[in-house]
Amino acid sequence: MGKSYLSIENVGVTFTGRGVVSEVLRNIDLQVDKGEFVSIIGHSGCGKSTLLNVVAGLLPVTTGAVILDKTAVEAPGPERAVVFQNHSLLPWLSVYENVRLAVDQVFRGTKSRAERHEWTLHNLALVQMTHAKDKRPAEISGGMKQRVGIARALAMEPKVLLLDEPFGALDALTRANLQDSVMDIHAKLGNTVLMITHDVDEAVLLSDRIVMMTNGPSATIGEVLKVALPRPRRRLEVDVAPAYVAARHAVVEFLYDRAPGVRAAAA
Amino acid sequence: MALPAYSTDPDPPPAAVAAPASVVAMPRRRRTSAARLAVGVRELAGLILPPVVTIGVLMFIWEAIAVGHPGGLPAPSMIWMDSRELILHPFFDRGGVDKGLFWHTLTSLKRVAIGFSLAAVVGVALGVLVGGSRLAHRGLDPIFQVLRTVPPLAWLPISLAALQQANPSALFVIFITAIWPVIINTAVGVRNVPQDYRNVGRVLRLSPAAYFFKILLPAATPYIFTGLRIGVGMSWLAIIASEMLLGGVGMGFFIWDQYNASRISDIIVALTWVGLVGFALDRLVGLIGRIISRGASAS
Repeated sequence: MGKSYLSIENVGVTFTGRGVVSEVLRNIDLQVDKGEFVSIIGHSGCGKSTLLNVVAGLLPVTTGAVILDKTAVEAPGPERAVVFQNHSLLPWLSVYENVRLAVDQVFRGTKSRAERHEWTLHNLALVQMTHAKDKRPAEISGGMKQRVGIARALAMEPKVLLLDEPFGALDALTRANLQDSVMDIHAKLGNTVLMITHDVDEAVLLSDRIVMMTNGPSATIGEVLKVALPRPRRRLEVDVAPAYVAARHAVVEFLYDRAPGVRAAAA
Repeated sequence: MALPAYSTDPDPPPAAVAAPASVVAMPRRRRTSAARLAVGVRELAGLILPPVVTIGVLMFIWEAIAVGHPGGLPAPSMIWMDSRELILHPFFDRGGVDKGLFWHTLTSLKRVAIGFSLAAVVGVALGVLVGGSRLAHRGLDPIFQVLRTVPPLAWLPISLAALQQANPSALFVIFITAIWPVIINTAVGVRNVPQDYRNVGRVLRLSPAAYFFKILLPAATPYIFTGLRIGVGMSWLAIIASEMLLGGVGMGFFIWDQYNASRISDIIVALTWVGLVGFALDRLVGLIGRIISRGASAS
């Protein structure tokens, strides 16, 4: 325990509000290696986002600890950059300024003004958003906003990149485009990534491992699946590969058979 | 109107034939700009005509009623005869309080500018405090909720008693009238900063000062300007009323003075003037708000 890069150890989260105590997460144990891409999948309301927020430091743990690179996580910080579900770009800043704000904040003491400018442009180029750098978030599409959100997170040079259902609000084609971009970037930079998703194909295509969560309350990790697909993965070749089909089937079986959330949620 | 003139006469004038290249292009461009002009004129007429017609009809009804009742309010034609001087020459200054409407307005506006600026600065500061701190909200909000319902003029006697002088009292009344909507709207704006933006600030580890200037203030700007806009309208209401009681110069005083001199026509002209200035103030603050908070409300 505790030897991996990112270590989630016996984490439990309990919310107390107006006398009602609700345990959202219980006994979460997960080790993530450096450079690994791990997805967390589960039905909505199972506490996936809570888990991500705990790793981000936005929520405190009730029990256990999160340790990143031998340091306990106690507060949010740029070494655990988050790409938020609804992009969270500041609408009064341009695309460039949104990324630059993060760059200025993280590299104030280490990079010169010119270097920070270059680094901002470099990260916008990485997500192919250089062309819109002077636009405001309201003037670009949802997929573009999410690209800028990814650029902002990457620009912080995080130790671990946290993606909170980053493509959930996008149409299928835009989503596929962004997934390809994320795969490219992951191949290029070797980031450690923790991604929340409820899309089975997305999880199988992108991840080295898929963490499947049981349903809440008191959700925990039900199963961890290793995706034995070689990289680079190409969408068109991969989705007929036996390993892909098998992994997809395993996740679907878990979600609909062993942790059926639909009926429980409807009741 | 210009359109048919061009279309019925497509041939260029003989003098222009000497420069063939431009001859071909010129009439076409003129025609489109003429067409654009016609569209513009039509749009403008669509905006201006309805209010003009409404005003005309109202004036006509007023005239018809007033002519039949000689003892009551003067008819529009009567007002024009009585107060032509006042309407046409707002800039005269014969010393003392015998000045044109412009000078009275300027005095009132100066008071509003001082009182309202103070209210804006203090109001935004208090609003940020109340919106940001739960303790401050619990302590101050009940007081604000009670004080804001006190009518502007009710503050006048107590401010006169405390400050002893007319001008500071007028400023205080404006201040105390305009500050409540600024405080309350700013507080709402600060409380409504989306959790996502707060999280961005937290992940970036922004210092409290950086968070204030880079996230909180821009996010609350549309709310702040809503408060300022209500506040400026209320200060204009308050200044006219308090000047009536305080005397000296200013629109409120002017109206009261004309009442004492039984110059009802002058009062009606002054009321129109007050309304137009108030309208302009409201639009001015609205415009500044739109320019400053450009993009902030969109997501």
